[in-house]
Amino acid sequence: MKEELIISGRMNPHVDPILNTWGWEIAFYLFVGGISAGLLFFSALYVIRKKEDIYPAAVKLAPLFVPIFLVLGLGALFLDLHHKLYFWRLYTTVRLESPMSWGAWTLMIITPLSIVWAASFVKEIWPKFNWWNIKLLNDIEKIVIKNRVSIAWPLIVLAVVLGIYTGILLSAFNARPLWNTSILGPLFLTSGLSTAAALIVWLSKSKIEREIFTKIDLLLIGIELFLITHLIMGFLAGGQVQVESAQIFLGGAFTTYFWVFIVMLGLIVPAVLEVMELYGFHIPAFAPSMLVIAGGIIFRFLMIEAGQITRYLY
Amino acid sequence: MRYAMAIDTNLCVGCSDCVVACQVENNVPVGYARDWVVEVTEGTYPNLAIELRSERCNHCDNSPCVRACPTGASHYAEGGIVLVTPEECIGCAACIESCPYDARFTHPDGYADKCTFCIHRVQNGQDPACVSVCPTTCMTFGDMDDPNSDISKLVKSRKSKVLAPEAGTNPNIYYLT
Amino acid sequence: MKTRREFIKVSTIGVGSLAAAGGLLSSLPIKDIFGQSQKVENNKSNANKQFPTYCEICFWQCAAWVQTDENGEIKSVTGNVDDPHCNGRLCPRGTAGVGMYKDEDRLKNPKIRTTVNGKQVFKDVTWEEALDYIAVKMKKIKVEHGAECTALFTHGSGGKFLGHLLQAFGSTNIAAPSYAQCRGPREVGFIATFGAGIGSPEPTDIRNSRCLVLIGSHIGENMHNGQVQEMSDMIRNNATIITVDPRFSTAASKSKYWLPIKPATDLALLLAWIHEIIYNDYYDKAYIEKYAHGFAELKEHVKNYTPEWAYGITTIEPHVIRETAREMRNASPSVIIHPGRHVTWYGDDTQRLRAVAILNALLGSWGRRGGFYNPESLHLPNFPAPKYPKPNRDWRDAFPGKFNLAGLALASGVCDATVPSITRDCNIKGWIVNGTNLIETLPDQANTIKAIEALDLLVVIDTMPMEITGYADVILPECTYLERYDEIRTSAHRFPTFALRMPAHAPLYDSKPDWWIAKELGNRLGLSDYFAYKDIEEMLDWQLKSVGSSLEEMQKIGVKKFDREEDNLYSLNGEDYEFNTNTGKIELYSTALEEEGFDPMPKYTAHPEPEAGFYRLNYGRAPMHTFSRTANNPQLFELMEENVVWVNPKIAEEWSLANGQEVWLENQDGVVTEFPIKVRVTERIRFDSVYMVHGFGHSKKQLSRAYGRGASDTQLVTRVMLDPIMGGTGMRGNFVTFHTSKPEKTVPDSRKVESSKLVKEEGGKA
Ligand SMILES: Nc1nc2c(c(=O)[nH]1)N[C@H]1C(S)=C(S)[C@@H](COP(=O)(O)OP(=O)(O)OC[C@H]3O[C@@H](n4cnc5c(=O)[nH]c(N)nc54)[C@H](O)[C@@H]3O)O[C@H]1N2
Ligand SMILES: Nc1nc2c(c(=O)[nH]1)N[C@H]1C(S)=C(S)[C@@H](COP(=O)(O)OP(=O)(O)OC[C@H]3O[C@@H](n4cnc5c(=O)[nH]c(N)nc54)[C@H](O)[C@@H]3O)O[C@H]1N2
Ligand code: SF4
Ligand code: SF4
Ligand code: SF4
Ligand code: SF4
Ligand code: SF4
Ligand SMILES: [Mo]
Repeated sequence: MKEELIISGRMNPHVDPILNTWGWEIAFYLFVGGISAGLLFFSALYVIRKKEDIYPAAVKLAPLFVPIFLVLGLGALFLDLHHKLYFWRLYTTVRLESPMSWGAWTLMIITPLSIVWAASFVKEIWPKFNWWNIKLLNDIEKIVIKNRVSIAWPLIVLAVVLGIYTGILLSAFNARPLWNTSILGPLFLTSGLSTAAALIVWLSKSKIEREIFTKIDLLLIGIELFLITHLIMGFLAGGQVQVESAQIFLGGAFTTYFWVFIVMLGLIVPAVLEVMELYGFHIPAFAPSMLVIAGGIIFRFLMIEAGQITRYLY
Repeated sequence: MRYAMAIDTNLCVGCSDCVVACQVENNVPVGYARDWVVEVTEGTYPNLAIELRSERCNHCDNSPCVRACPTGASHYAEGGIVLVTPEECIGCAACIESCPYDARFTHPDGYADKCTFCIHRVQNGQDPACVSVCPTTCMTFGDMDDPNSDISKLVKSRKSKVLAPEAGTNPNIYYLT
Repeated sequence: MKTRREFIKVSTIGVGSLAAAGGLLSSLPIKDIFGQSQKVENNKSNANKQFPTYCEICFWQCAAWVQTDENGEIKSVTGNVDDPHCNGRLCPRGTAGVGMYKDEDRLKNPKIRTTVNGKQVFKDVTWEEALDYIAVKMKKIKVEHGAECTALFTHGSGGKFLGHLLQAFGSTNIAAPSYAQCRGPREVGFIATFGAGIGSPEPTDIRNSRCLVLIGSHIGENMHNGQVQEMSDMIRNNATIITVDPRFSTAASKSKYWLPIKPATDLALLLAWIHEIIYNDYYDKAYIEKYAHGFAELKEHVKNYTPEWAYGITTIEPHVIRETAREMRNASPSVIIHPGRHVTWYGDDTQRLRAVAILNALLGSWGRRGGFYNPESLHLPNFPAPKYPKPNRDWRDAFPGKFNLAGLALASGVCDATVPSITRDCNIKGWIVNGTNLIETLPDQANTIKAIEALDLLVVIDTMPMEITGYADVILPECTYLERYDEIRTSAHRFPTFALRMPAHAPLYDSKPDWWIAKELGNRLGLSDYFAYKDIEEMLDWQLKSVGSSLEEMQKIGVKKFDREEDNLYSLNGEDYEFNTNTGKIELYSTALEEEGFDPMPKYTAHPEPEAGFYRLNYGRAPMHTFSRTANNPQLFELMEENVVWVNPKIAEEWSLANGQEVWLENQDGVVTEFPIKVRVTERIRFDSVYMVHGFGHSKKQLSRAYGRGASDTQLVTRVMLDPIMGGTGMRGNFVTFHTSKPEKTVPDSRKVESSKLVKEEGGKA
């Protein structure tokens, strides 16, 4: 028998990070970051490819959610900070080694950009809207609309950075074996794109658009399943701490959540529903979409929670 | 200069004096601790062995906590001591998540806190509080760059280990075994 | 105690509750280190100073400095480097001394028991009222029964003043639990052998020793500072440690040899060692020839106590017994068979300690470097006072012909003498209890309570609302050691020292020091001649000046070292020496025991064993707590909140007990612990016993932290194995079993610990 006790000092939730230093705020922040990245990605992509009219929901309607998401996400992040008055310190230095730092800077740039981007579509959705007749706003709108394609390029790059960042934030933590894998970046990016595609399917009234995004989503779900398999195989092929962290999903504490809510209900079931839809079965659009989005949220929560209980044993 | 600590696990009795001494010296709030004591028992009765270790921030040479910090609040100070400047800390806890030793915590005032190697005492030529109180004198503090320091000699002459070397942090606390 | 694995369990909450978990941290209120916001008046004139003291958290009495902060508030306590008890390093309890002072649950006012609407409650009173009340009651006892029908139980520094008071009043019934519940058998066993006891601090020359044999003494958990420090020096020197303990103690883990002995069989092992050492000629011949009496008898006596014989009893293999005997020989005379301290285990304790003393004698370690040194102290004269009156009788009269070898009063004896019975006519009617929590300290709680029921007056002087205060007629709050003067510490060591304790802060609340209480009571009892000093400063200064020091000097240095008068730290290297025994020699064969009708040489006798389903109750110390007195200390509570019951994995499996699960323990007499205790499944304990740390399971709600944490071992110690030689109360003969839910069944009436004297809910203002 091996008995390892902390006999004094930090046997309490204040000190031991195993007990959730990061809570829902960061999970929520990562989720909205991911979905926003996906939404901006599709919107910018189809602007560049001049498919605004075929994919109206993806290009025009969906981006309107992004600023709301990002602001909510930043709000959650802010809530998570324990030394809030010093928030501004994030923007007095650029620290390339700190994902937190470049995440903060990315958001600093992408958030205003997404507001401008979304705003430029407002009139297309609500033609009567007129920016309260403020000339400056109308002028800006004109400039943006004129330069949409030029804005779309940096936007698409930033969207990818944001998407990857949501994974890297965690994977940079060597100390938490479950997070410390290079697959987490692409996995979270894919998941972000997938949830974005699902939202677009849900929002879209156009049959073609729904069909194409259903196909995109299916592809992304496929990639996600592939990455998840790799993630687990990678852990199992690793050292003791990695093997132990994979155990969390293979019989350990989070097995049910992982396989039932994320893999089954969040990926496989919606994929089946989507395939059925493509084959002409009548499936209400919200059903697969909702499942994918819910799966995406739970995935972030789970990774945050489970990652914090994996640790080095010495 | 590279400050380090050597802790003789053969001498430590797990009394936790180091924990109280730190709390008193550094005004660590109730319910928090910058150091702690671990007891590992292995074997089956009556073939047993115990290792007792007083643990705290390792003041790693290659600290993930410094890297993770988005503001630079976590930094290296004199002699490689890793410190947090509360006025620069936003309390994001990235450093807490990044430490393989769980050595950091969020101070109730909001900033990240942890062992400072009692830099305020060290600068006065004193040992850290935990070192100076330990009844078994199992802890030695000093400069590893000075080949004549007690700690250099101890670490050279004895078998020792650091915790979780595979984490690549290059810790500066040596456990003599 | 929590394992890292348990943490994982704790945190595997569902996704749904994550939100709550995240919010928890930020919503916790910020408290200062003591979790309190108690305002203490500033004391700026004392700002940033340090005051000398000696620690009162255990009886090692380490000298220390008390530091104050910029507001004159007590900030920290650190060791005094000039003090040989601590060498500048306190133990965790001493370092947490501020917690004793800042504990917001402290007793704050004098209280008197009164009846309101048929219910007994405590009423806050002034010191005047309380002391007047006590004086009236004491005088009444004197008139009705005689002054000798009062008794003082005391453990700790202030006892000197109260003892003086009681003797002046006319009683010599002054007892401490540190004798019959602790080291009594050791003193008697060593006095019978060497004509001298061990005393405190133990004059064991551990730091120079090459072989230390620990029989149960769990140094490292038993945190008596100097010994822990010296044992550490030994380990550093690669000296041999041999630990005999059924439990894998911390010391055992540091030892070259751990002998996992079957509990209650140590005497067999000791006799086998004596056999080995004699029959292999391992003993120190010159030393024995010169100094010892009765070697031939001893040799004959232990003839059949072979390692093979002992193996069958102790489960220690013969080759291990032989090897360890050789180790001792190789180190001799720098070897210490440690006499232990809490040695009241199985009732044959004096004899066991005799065997320990004999072993030391054979190896020539008494009076030798690396063995036992010859301690020296410097005596301080008492402040002039009239002679004490001579009482007609004392507690001993309750035990005619018994315990003649007990050198000090037995706390349990005074208690027994108080219980009215046809055979005993002691009629003890008044107790003053100072600094000892008798309810948790004496075995057989029901008996303690029976004695209390017979009292006309019970005065409890304490700093905390401990169990004993619930039975008091009058409660007097003493201020803590950080707020008072006490007598000068003059304990013997390698060289004589004095240590001063002085207040670092005025007493908080309405608390007072013992010296003041004694003097004020003395005045009221017409004994003011005995307290002829204005205050303690005058008394201490007078005492110190008589040896060429002064209070002023001591206030500056805290500890004063003196040179030894005689250069005889290690005195027995062939010099002539007369021991204080009947024969003037080291008595391997004890003539004193023989005179009293006891075995002159220790014999092995078997002790009862647990029935199936029961386990021997083993108990001991945790390094961060002292008995029951520190359980509520805010700092120490944080280090260890409760005790747990150690259970071997095999037994845990048999009973399906999981780590951390709560159980109630029931003993052989049907007594069940009041509170549940968590299970610690660990290989460190044998399959035939369970272990718990003494001092937990407090039943006083006023102890806001300690209340109901863990279980009290004392509750389970209902069977006492009395030492016939000196009346020590052997407490390790109790057996327990597990209940996973609180058993319905009630304890037989005779065992019920209930009392009309107990005021459960204290009325009045706290
Ligand atoms: N931290 C701390 N230190 C203290 C104290 C305290 O309260 N707290 N109290 C002080 C006082 S007053 C005293 S008296 C001392 C007591 O300290 P010791 O004299 O060291 O105490 P014991 O109770 O004799 O020893 C307890 C050990 O005896 C073992 N034991 C139990 N049964 C047997 C047996 O049958 N045979 C053998 N060989 N061993 C057995 C137990 O497993 C345990 O390890 O501690 C002192 N030091
Ligand atoms: N079951 C069991 N019983 C035991 C033991 C055991 O291990 N198990 N150990 C035995 C041993 S070895 C010993 S030495 C005894 C110890 O027995 P006690 O000395 O009675 O031990 P404590 O339980 O610490 O009780 C000390 C009391 O003194 C009070 N006190 C603390 N500081 C002060 C002060 O400055 N002034 C005053 N007036 N009061 C103060 C505390 O609040 C507490 O009520 O117990 C013995 N009894
Ligand atoms: S004070 Fe020393 S002996 Fe005690 S636990 Fe700390 S390191 Fe170990
Ligand atoms: S132990 Fe942790 S907190 Fe300390 S320097 Fe290393 S990584 Fe940073
Ligand atoms: S909590 Fe403070 S010190 Fe830690 S990473 Fe964030 S800003 Fe840096
Ligand atoms: S070095 Fe100082 S801050 Fe660090 S654990 Fe020791 S006492 Fe605490
Ligand atoms: S050993 Fe610890 S508790 Fe006992 S007197 Fe010394 S410092 Fe105080
Ligand atoms: Mo004791």
